[in-house]
Amino acid sequence: MAHFEKATSIHDWFNQRLAVDAVNRVMMTEYWIPKNINFLWAMGMVLVITFALLLVSGIFLLMYYQPNVDTAFYSVNYTIMREVDFGWLWRHIHGVAASVVFLIIYIHMFTGIYYGSYKKGREMIWISGMLLFVAFSAEAFSGYMLPWGQMSYWAGMVITNLFAGGSLHADGLVEWIRGDYVPAQAFLNRFFMLHVLLIPIAIMGLIGLHFASLRIPHVNNQDGEEIDFDAESKKYLNGDKAGSKVMRFANDFMSKDMMVVGIYLIFFFYLVFYHYDFAMDAVNFDPADGLKTPAHIYPEWYFLWSYEILRPFSTNIGLIAFAFAQVIFVLLPFLDRSPNTVAANRRGLFGIWFWAMLVDMIVLTSMGKLPPEGIFSSIGLIAALTFIGLWIVLPFITKMEKKV
Amino acid sequence: MKNKEPLILAVVVFFTLLTYYLVEPFAHSQMHKHVEGEGFAYKDLPEVTKTGDATRGQDLVMGAGACVGCHSIEAAGMPASMEPQMAAASYGVNPPDLSNAGAVYDEKFLTALIKNPAHALNVEHKYTPESGKMHPMVAFYGAGGDIDQEVADMVAYLKSIAVSQEELTPKMAYELACGRCHAMGYENWTQIGEKPKFKHEKDSLAFDIKVLEYQDSLKAYMGKLPPDLSMYIRSRGEHFLETFIEDPQSHLEGTAMPRVGVTAEVAEKVIEHLADSGDTKRHEREAIGKNVMIYIIIFAIFAILWKKQVWRDLH
Amino acid sequence: MKNSSRRGFMGKAFGAVAGIGAIGSLVAMKKSWDPLPSVKAAGFTTLDMSIYEENELVTEKWRGKPIFVLKLTSDMLSKIKDKKNDMDRLIKVGDSYFMVTLGLCTHLGCIPGYNPADQTFLCACHGGMYDVTGDVTKAPPPRGLDIPPFKIDGNKLVLGETGPEFIAMKENGITL
Repeated sequence: MAHFEKATSIHDWFNQRLAVDAVNRVMMTEYWIPKNINFLWAMGMVLVITFALLLVSGIFLLMYYQPNVDTAFYSVNYTIMREVDFGWLWRHIHGVAASVVFLIIYIHMFTGIYYGSYKKGREMIWISGMLLFVAFSAEAFSGYMLPWGQMSYWAGMVITNLFAGGSLHADGLVEWIRGDYVPAQAFLNRFFMLHVLLIPIAIMGLIGLHFASLRIPHVNNQDGEEIDFDAESKKYLNGDKAGSKVMRFANDFMSKDMMVVGIYLIFFFYLVFYHYDFAMDAVNFDPADGLKTPAHIYPEWYFLWSYEILRPFSTNIGLIAFAFAQVIFVLLPFLDRSPNTVAANRRGLFGIWFWAMLVDMIVLTSMGKLPPEGIFSSIGLIAALTFIGLWIVLPFITKMEKKV
Repeated sequence: MKNKEPLILAVVVFFTLLTYYLVEPFAHSQMHKHVEGEGFAYKDLPEVTKTGDATRGQDLVMGAGACVGCHSIEAAGMPASMEPQMAAASYGVNPPDLSNAGAVYDEKFLTALIKNPAHALNVEHKYTPESGKMHPMVAFYGAGGDIDQEVADMVAYLKSIAVSQEELTPKMAYELACGRCHAMGYENWTQIGEKPKFKHEKDSLAFDIKVLEYQDSLKAYMGKLPPDLSMYIRSRGEHFLETFIEDPQSHLEGTAMPRVGVTAEVAEKVIEHLADSGDTKRHEREAIGKNVMIYIIIFAIFAILWKKQVWRDLH
Repeated sequence: MKNSSRRGFMGKAFGAVAGIGAIGSLVAMKKSWDPLPSVKAAGFTTLDMSIYEENELVTEKWRGKPIFVLKLTSDMLSKIKDKKNDMDRLIKVGDSYFMVTLGLCTHLGCIPGYNPADQTFLCACHGGMYDVTGDVTKAPPPRGLDIPPFKIDGNKLVLGETGPEFIAMKENGITL
């Protein structure tokens, strides 16, 4: 047994047993963050807050939700929305947060792409982040099944049908995933399990990995400058706070984080109370009916770009393109052949590539919502081809890039 | 170092709003055609030209008009002679009680309905000569005098026995105008009335069977069972519902749902009741929303002030 | 240092504002845990006292629990008319006297059986016995059968609501 002294205070008692001072230094007051950042660097904290909102609102929904095909819709739209005190509030928070979290994820992701925060030692941050994107996507999809409305049922039908693999006709696999010939009780129950237990655990583990992968490379900065954290932190601790290039995570960075979070929450709660239809699609307020397909089926907005890549092509080619789209972003650190870790606007063609990719994703997103007819399907096809083209071209334009 | 944050914020906001616009208002405008209502003016129906006399109207309704041959009028002491599911099985459809028809339906509409039900209800497409089917309500061909005066008298009588607009609650408006065909489970409303509390399971099941029998007749009459409207305020939205109630054909061409002929005021009450069912906590949401917005703005202000204090030394 | 104390103040102020939000959220969370209106509404059972036959035990339900309703015969009443303790356990509705109690033995919660021939209740679990007023006549039950809150409404008894007769019973120690 290690040596213990009589404690001088409550703080000292915990310190001797849990090293709270050391933990506080390492995680908070001497976790050094560059000063040369902007508010986009706060998106990580915004995501943590949004995830916390999802978790807490989810807990209260879980108290009353019934994962049964006959009572699920009623448990949500009657029991939770009408009977449970503040049930409507948890449902609105949960639905709006599930949608807004993807807006923040995309902003966070594209911030990383713009500033090269996936390069040179930060590959694991990028990869763990992309795995988080996949986990959140699975969480969102499984969650959307639960109200068992028309969109829940038909989105479940369509997305699980993808696993038939076109000409592979892997119907057995589709039935295995569903646990039945069609989305029914088995399907609902297992996606409930995924949504409430398995994927949240995976997300929390991945968040841990994501944070851990950030420690050694340190947070990036607007100029991609390689900072000597030891020297700069010494400057800070010696009293030259203004001159140092770094600041403490707590309370320096955190106070700015909280400022961004505060402004974000104004926007967030405005949506929760006054403008939530985008997050709770009208079609899902019809109870699921396996014998009636809605006139328009579409996924939630954050999946539309992906959906649109699948649509314009014939079945097999579409599936290959779709699989390509899911995986390709993960490979970004390895497809980008340039050594430059600076903002995209200083990287010549890559700067153009960035904005082209962003605009293309928005075009794909909007075409994915529209009926695949006439000019919409033509634009969608061009946008899908552009997406593939941009990724093919990336290694070449970055290889050619001049060293900054 | 130039502060680029306003520009960055502008770029982020721009692309977010652009995406929102394309995915929501624009896409929905492409998927659903916009129907402009006419404020329940019923422009296709002739104007009312006569002033009715309620006493003469009563004689006609009870007598030559033959209304009471099929319709009960509780307010006049003439309750229904059959249970709803029996009436539905006999006539094909359950004729509504007329006690409050004068409060719920538009005057022009009632006038046109009495003379030509299928036309006023906008279901002539169902009762073409080829179909061989006739509308269950027989048209009034006159009692020997000026038919327009007679119809005006009958309408005046119906208005005289009905409740006033102040007494007509959203719930009543719904039950009278829609409730004969559309159940509303979340308000415990079946097509044959609110389901009572039964002590014994047997009695509860017996009631359920009556509802199912009624629904069978309704399905046979309409072609399919009219949907439960509990969540329609959220699945269809106010604008759709308003224009749909005014003229179902404008949204669903060829539908069997009749144009029910309510006034604009009654339509508003019906929609209010749909909101009571599918958006029950809306008033609480607005009240709490206001308080939360005030709080969160204060929260943000304090966060900004804290940040400014902390960063004073860092710049 | 002036700066750090001001910074400390603003930080604490922000923390306090955040704390208010947290408390508000906790209040909302507590309310979400409350029994639902439909549950509370189901907490009332109305009994039509005119349908019961003398010396025929009927078991009703209230809040998920069995309720014994026994209409006493004039014979039974004549035997206990002078015993105030026993009469105080009964409920008078119209001209009739009823025993209305929870059908759960006060020992460990089993449901006692009624023998109309002997006019006694016997609990099979451990042999406890009660008489037709619900009073305990043989150990081990610690007290007589509990009486649910009730209110007399003409010919009806509303269980779950509290009327003056029930309050009197509680004050006299007849029931908990």
